[in-house]
Amino acid sequence: MEYMCDRPTSGPGMILCCQCGTQIEPNPANMCVACLRSEVDITEGIPKQASLFFCRNCERYLQPPNLWVKASLESRELLSVCLKRIKGLNKLVRLVDAGFIWTEPHSKRIKVKLTIQKEVMNGALLQQVFVVEFVVHNQMCDGCHRVEAKDFWRACVQIRQKTTHRKTLFYLEQMILKYKAHVNTSSITQVTDGLDFFYGQKQDARKMMEFLQSIVPCRYKTGEELVSHDPKCNVFNYKHTYSVEIVPICKDEVVCLPPKLAQHLGNIGQLCVVYRVTQAIHIIDPNTCQIAEVPGPIFWRSPFNAVCGRNQMTEFIVMEIEIISDKDKRHVAGRGTVSQKHVLAGVWVVKASELGVTDQQFHCHTYLGHLLRPGDTVLGFDMRAANVNDAYVDKIRADRLPDVILIKKMYTDSTKRARKRKWQLKHLDEGAQATMETRDYNEFLEDLEEDVEYRQNINIYKDPSKLAVDTDDTDDEDAPKISLAEMLDDLHIAEDATGGEGADMMGEGADMME
Amino acid sequence: MAVRAQFEGNNEIGVFAKLTNAYCLVAIGGSENFYSIFEGELSEEIPVIHTSIAGCRIIGRMCVGNRHGLLVPNTTTDQELQHIRNSLPDSVMIRRVEERLSALGNVVACNDYVALAHPDLDRETEEILADVLKVEVFRQTVADNVLVGSYCSLSNQGGVVHSKTSVDAQDELSSLLQVPLVAGTVNRGSDVIGGGMVVNDWTAFCGLDTTSTELSVIESVFKLGDSHPSAITTKMRDSLIDSMS
Repeated sequence: MEYMCDRPTSGPGMILCCQCGTQIEPNPANMCVACLRSEVDITEGIPKQASLFFCRNCERYLQPPNLWVKASLESRELLSVCLKRIKGLNKLVRLVDAGFIWTEPHSKRIKVKLTIQKEVMNGALLQQVFVVEFVVHNQMCDGCHRVEAKDFWRACVQIRQKTTHRKTLFYLEQMILKYKAHVNTSSITQVTDGLDFFYGQKQDARKMMEFLQSIVPCRYKTGEELVSHDPKCNVFNYKHTYSVEIVPICKDEVVCLPPKLAQHLGNIGQLCVVYRVTQAIHIIDPNTCQIAEVPGPIFWRSPFNAVCGRNQMTEFIVMEIEIISDKDKRHVAGRGTVSQKHVLAGVWVVKASELGVTDQQFHCHTYLGHLLRPGDTVLGFDMRAANVNDAYVDKIRADRLPDVILIKKMYTDSTKRARKRKWQLKHLDEGAQATMETRDYNEFLEDLEEDVEYRQNINIYKDPSKLAVDTDDTDDEDAPKISLAEMLDDLHIAEDATGGEGADMMGEGADMME
Repeated sequence: MAVRAQFEGNNEIGVFAKLTNAYCLVAIGGSENFYSIFEGELSEEIPVIHTSIAGCRIIGRMCVGNRHGLLVPNTTTDQELQHIRNSLPDSVMIRRVEERLSALGNVVACNDYVALAHPDLDRETEEILADVLKVEVFRQTVADNVLVGSYCSLSNQGGVVHSKTSVDAQDELSSLLQVPLVAGTVNRGSDVIGGGMVVNDWTAFCGLDTTSTELSVIESVFKLGDSHPSAITTKMRDSLIDSMS
């Protein structure tokens, strides 16, 4: 027997490929790679084309059976969605690498390059690279579908204020707009005494609740309704309702504090005027100019009612006014803060309706000393003529009740002011213009004009239709106005290429520039 | 000349047939196709015998034999033994072997002179092998497989071994067997050479999947048909070169 000595003597010898006869190292299939390739296709059974479903509203991809996943193009998340859509990638095939091939986003095609390994023919490991093309189909997701149908909610926030007018609600609306607390609502409806906000998820409603509690003094109750349940899986499907009650006290109302509370707030007088409602109720005593804040929890512990609302106010004409200087003020022990923004004054007033008929004048103290001059019209509450139904008022001795409580100065005719108003507000429901024309709303706008602090959290927009008009009619009285510097430009881009959405975004941009 | 065949759709024809230089055993199948292939190729020279061993069709794996004899496992029935005895040429001895490794075809590979055996084979069986088949017995492995009968195929001309057999091992085996060996495959890359083919000195049968490349390897190593080099290029070569120089 002769050996061929030049052959390597260790390790397996070369054999012939069983297909083509080239010399190869023995492998499990005993075939050269080229033959193996031609013989078996390891991508067999893996579809080269698949479809993805995409919800255009919420920009999510469907991961069957019913999960919607947020994923941007060429992201990890999208890749995992894609890989789960490919059927054959299971036990037998080993996925080594996967990546995207760039495609034009508008083409609605996503290409994924996969590298797989598979054991073929008694143990040979074969690797192959191939591309799977996904066609993106549009399909509205369940959530969006329900939102579009406007009949779906999982949680509801019902805001209620039991008052005769909606000033606080208007204020609340502006706050919500400013802080965009309404973005997740599925719908908003207006009902008597309040607003209903509907949400698809409970946590969105919770968020709204937190927001409300930081904006207005309120309290809430929760309720839940069992929609369906599956006792086997222990799945309970609830609808949650939050009933939010805002304090039934509004700006420019006269309130009668309980004696305990008045004492607690620095011996403030029991009869006070509410001059602002923010997180707390801000009250001022017209006799002393003393101010106090009643936060929500304290209010709910010892609630009090408005003695006089907007409807009961009457007009008075100022006949005589004398400012009460600090040294003349009666000093009371343990007194709280005195307002520096208001000036205490003694005023003689006559009812506007009785001017010239009788010369009965009333004397009262007021905190409007900095605003009033003889001859001005002022809105006030005639205590003598009023029929007050309040337990605390009844307990005050009659001789300690003032005849008149002056509340706010009245400027020119409100229709005139409305006509001259150069600014406007945005609204949650742009369609409901009819409600915006009411007296309540006009008064709310006037309040904004009169109180700088009241409007500091509100976005005020220029009214392009009014700005254009030449404001030359110079019957310039001292009616307060909002300066142009405080107003925002509301951008309206007509016919933007991206459609309404783009315009909206620009508008929001303007908000943020403020 | 190597022939392709299939036993009832199965390419492992070494399982269902046993071919030696003196006789051929063929399993009893549902149809006569498989038998006919052997019959057509061999009937002029040697008897082709239809039989079962211990009621099984896998006769190629159950028995071992060459032109001198045939060993069958202990489980072979008397009737089968009688039938085979009657059909075999008188020169061939037949013997039942009491062996724990009863698939004799898997544990022994042999030609007419040498046998490779499973390392754990009974000493008694080894003696019987030497006596009946008149061979020299070597306990060996093929590419670290103890089932030497399954992973190699031998004739007096040459042999094919498991494709992973190292060059060293091939050299060692061929020096024991005194025939050229080659690492190869049958049935489109299958390493189970003994299971995939049967061979004797002038013909070979392979599974139907065997490729032409495999066939040509088999034909050249077993020196079958026309493929072996002619006398001019082998025996006469030296003298020709001598005379030309």
